[in-house]
Amino acid sequence: MEQRSAARGDQVTTTTGETKTVTINMGPQHPSTHGVLRVVVELDGERVISAKPVVGYLHTGIEKTMESKLYHLALPCTDRMDYLNPMGNNLCYSLAVEKLMEIEVPEKVKYARVCLAELTRVNSHLVWLGTHALDLGAMSMLLYAFRERELIVDIYEACGGQRMMTSYIRIGGLAYDLPKDFDKKVRNVVNTIRKRMVDYETLLTNNQIFINRTKGVAVISAEDAINWSLSGPLLRGSGVNYDVRKAQPYSGYEKFDFEVPLGKHGDAYDRYLIRLTEIRQSLRICEQALDGMPEGPYRAHVPGVVLPPKEDVLFKMESMIFHFKIITEGFKAPTGTVYQAVESPKGELGMMITGDGTNKPRRVRVRPPSFINLASLAKLAEGGLFSDVVCAIGSIDIVLGEVDR
Amino acid sequence: MKDAVREFLTTNFSEFLVQEENFRDLQSFTIKADGLISIIEGFLANDQLAVNHLSDVTAVDWLDHPEEEKGRFEVIFNLYSIKNRHRFLLKVRLPADNPTIPTLTEHFAGANWTEREVFDLFGVVFEGHPELTKILTPDDLEGHPLRRDFPLTYEVPHFSWNKDLPPEVIK
Amino acid sequence: MGLEEKIPDSIMLTTLDKMVNWAHKRSMWPLGFGLACCAIEMISSFAAHFDLARYGMEVMRPSPRQADLMIVAGRVSMKMAPVVKTLYEQMPNPKWVISMGACASCGGVFNNYAILQGVDRIIPVDVYIPGCPPRPEQLMEGILKLQEQLGRESVKDVREEWGRKIA
Repeated sequence: MEQRSAARGDQVTTTTGETKTVTINMGPQHPSTHGVLRVVVELDGERVISAKPVVGYLHTGIEKTMESKLYHLALPCTDRMDYLNPMGNNLCYSLAVEKLMEIEVPEKVKYARVCLAELTRVNSHLVWLGTHALDLGAMSMLLYAFRERELIVDIYEACGGQRMMTSYIRIGGLAYDLPKDFDKKVRNVVNTIRKRMVDYETLLTNNQIFINRTKGVAVISAEDAINWSLSGPLLRGSGVNYDVRKAQPYSGYEKFDFEVPLGKHGDAYDRYLIRLTEIRQSLRICEQALDGMPEGPYRAHVPGVVLPPKEDVLFKMESMIFHFKIITEGFKAPTGTVYQAVESPKGELGMMITGDGTNKPRRVRVRPPSFINLASLAKLAEGGLFSDVVCAIGSIDIVLGEVDR
Repeated sequence: MKDAVREFLTTNFSEFLVQEENFRDLQSFTIKADGLISIIEGFLANDQLAVNHLSDVTAVDWLDHPEEEKGRFEVIFNLYSIKNRHRFLLKVRLPADNPTIPTLTEHFAGANWTEREVFDLFGVVFEGHPELTKILTPDDLEGHPLRRDFPLTYEVPHFSWNKDLPPEVIK
Repeated sequence: MGLEEKIPDSIMLTTLDKMVNWAHKRSMWPLGFGLACCAIEMISSFAAHFDLARYGMEVMRPSPRQADLMIVAGRVSMKMAPVVKTLYEQMPNPKWVISMGACASCGGVFNNYAILQGVDRIIPVDVYIPGCPPRPEQLMEGILKLQEQLGRESVKDVREEWGRKIA
């Protein structure tokens, strides 16, 4: 008689004694794959033998599009890559071009950029929390997360007019000046989210079902993590202390006081705790940025490269001429390659811009943290159960716009 | 740390080293393709330099530029040392016809997908790669999109004066 | 007037068209088909702040066999286009399509080799919603316009093979 207990990973045997494996396609349209990701899973009962992600269903050719535009005009393309972290992408691109052209930004711009980048990190982690908990069965977390997100998105709208694709952080400074009640609004949001984080902790952190589904699942060791070129909470969950904000500080991060949480076991539960702690640390950084924000101009004054502020353009002749020239012809960049890394919520986001002496970049390479982290799904899901594949995908925290660009 | 890396390369691998640059405070070495594997193994074996994170593998196409004389494709390896907090680039120039370079998948597992992407978008062949196939572009797209001679395939938008004609594609 | 005064209060008279249209528009089940950035705004409009369940779209069905509204939210790349077509063909009649965002309507910001310049090149679309991404209120306006359009349909319409009204 054949005994079948697929739940414990036993083999399914036929009468001749052969074993078969089942290949399942978690197709591009799937409620749990956070977008158009396709995973081809080979199963032996309920155990995963291999899980191979197939990407490319959202390939947009952004890098090629950016090569055909001037430096200023290529900035809105960066919003659409990691669309949960729009300010972070803008920041990375602006810093890279400022490095290439050797532009120094005023202090107020640095503090404002840090404050907005950290709010964006909170935004991204909240959406991650909502969708990850939804995958694991806690549906109400999604509604809470998106309620918090509305508060942050209100601030984006007050700053730049757009809810998601803000394009607010521009080359040489910000698009418009910060709104007059920026300080009050951000402090309000910080306090509200801080109070509500206590509720989310009570809901999930000591929840036995959540712990059962995430502890010991999708484990990766520290050496494997470094070998697979991982970064972000995935790498820090295994205990490796690599945070770009501390290792290679940018935009004034060396003046801020915050901690970088590290995990011990490298499983999904550790990464969950790390991301929650990162939300709290980000709120702390926001407050420090607001406390220390100096007065000053919101754009650097580099005629010929940085667009002059709109008030000057409407009233002064030289500004209008420069504005016209920069928008139609752009500025000429030197020949050379720069690389600027930024700590995005997903990992190390980097932009490598190669100038070639003309007004359009020769190559804009985006080092996508989600793409490189997703490659390790094969390692994370191997040997686990099939439902752990869903947990692993959620715990890597991918955004398909960045994976496929 | 820059001096340590430079010294390591000039003492042990000076026959593969072509040039060193320091553009905008980022150290980069141009090396020859045959020396790539031995240099990487040397770095991995050296515990003091502790270069263990391959952040990125990418390529630049220098078609129609004075830089093209040194080689049309420039493959760039972005190496980082977590312990010493130092980043530097290794650049390799490849000729226009049949650009091949040995693969790093045995030393860095993270090089698998990034090298596949460079193959898909540029056409650079990595010898020894376990699965060198398309990863981002659709299967029926022929050619390598990010090369300079591949057209952007820009379609002229429909306005009132050309809305009845089929869309015109400008390359 | 004459007839309605003689019948008891609990009977309503209406036309078959109005009944069928009312049933169609007040309980459409959308297919959860978020591709890119517009998907986040679509999820936001299903969440608590801009609640879309008040229009009857309480459940977002992951399976195309159980859905009757397909909201194409996001850019459709050339690799994904056959998948979109397959999903549309798998949906049972009657079905409607809303193309949300600039990328789904006309290719949007991306005019290059990799993006299909408008999803209406492969499937018929009922309502286009511009925006990059459109606000949740704009999505709701689009849904209301679709409901208006549904109010004008009739059971006597000639439907083409895919269920779309042609006469």
